[in-house]
Amino acid sequence: MLKQLIPRPVLSLTVLLLWIAITNAGSLGLLLLGLLLAVIIPRLTLPFWPQAPRLANPLRALRFLGVFALDIVVANWGVARRIVGPSERLSPALVEIPLDLRDPFLATLLGSIVSLTPGTVSIDVDQKHWVLLVHALDAPDPQALIDEVKNRYEAALKEIFAC
Amino acid sequence: MNVFSEFLVSALIVLGALFTLLGSVGLLRLPDFLMRLHAPTKATTLGVGALLLASAIYFSLTGSGVSLHEAAIVLFLFITAPVTAQLMAKAARHRQKKSGEDR
Repeated sequence: MLKQLIPRPVLSLTVLLLWIAITNAGSLGLLLLGLLLAVIIPRLTLPFWPQAPRLANPLRALRFLGVFALDIVVANWGVARRIVGPSERLSPALVEIPLDLRDPFLATLLGSIVSLTPGTVSIDVDQKHWVLLVHALDAPDPQALIDEVKNRYEAALKEIFAC
Repeated sequence: MNVFSEFLVSALIVLGALFTLLGSVGLLRLPDFLMRLHAPTKATTLGVGALLLASAIYFSLTGSGVSLHEAAIVLFLFITAPVTAQLMAKAARHRQKKSGEDR
């Protein structure tokens, strides 16, 4: 019964929390409306969603969020210095990162993480050969970049989703 | 608001504005399209992040109750920024291939 009402409980919870964030949980009426949306929206969008892998290790995920936030700050500083400095000293590179992940959702997630950390933008997630194509603003040593992405982010994602 | 929180909010606003400015400077200075793409996508992560954190702290302390809008804005930005960057990069590569230039 409950499973029929909310087929994707995590998605419903996300919708509800977002609604609370947007409306600042102003009144009981708004909260009820949010509950209604949390039931309706996941049902309407059900066909769009890929079968997302299960979150196996929530604590590890929280720790990863912390590391990720810190990385954004540190790497932003690096990019800022490169923007202000002489641009002919930069060595931009297109780097192909071979993936161990075999899940479309996780590969896309990894691509987004790479894009959000400064200095790298993911250009293509090739799901036929499982290669992530990345453009780096300044990568004199492409192998170091590959190792960093694989050890720092891909390994963490594999642990978090246990695959 | 006491002196400490005023100082914290001011510092975050200046930091956010500084990184947003640096993003624009990068857009102006960097030599090719793919490199220019880095500058604005970065400004959104730290620049806008710091500005929104300042906003959340300020309105939580002065307004009525905790202000949570900013968390939603950060979430939506972090979901959409990589998608935009990826689509622009793909379009750029497609055009380069078409015109036969080497990168």
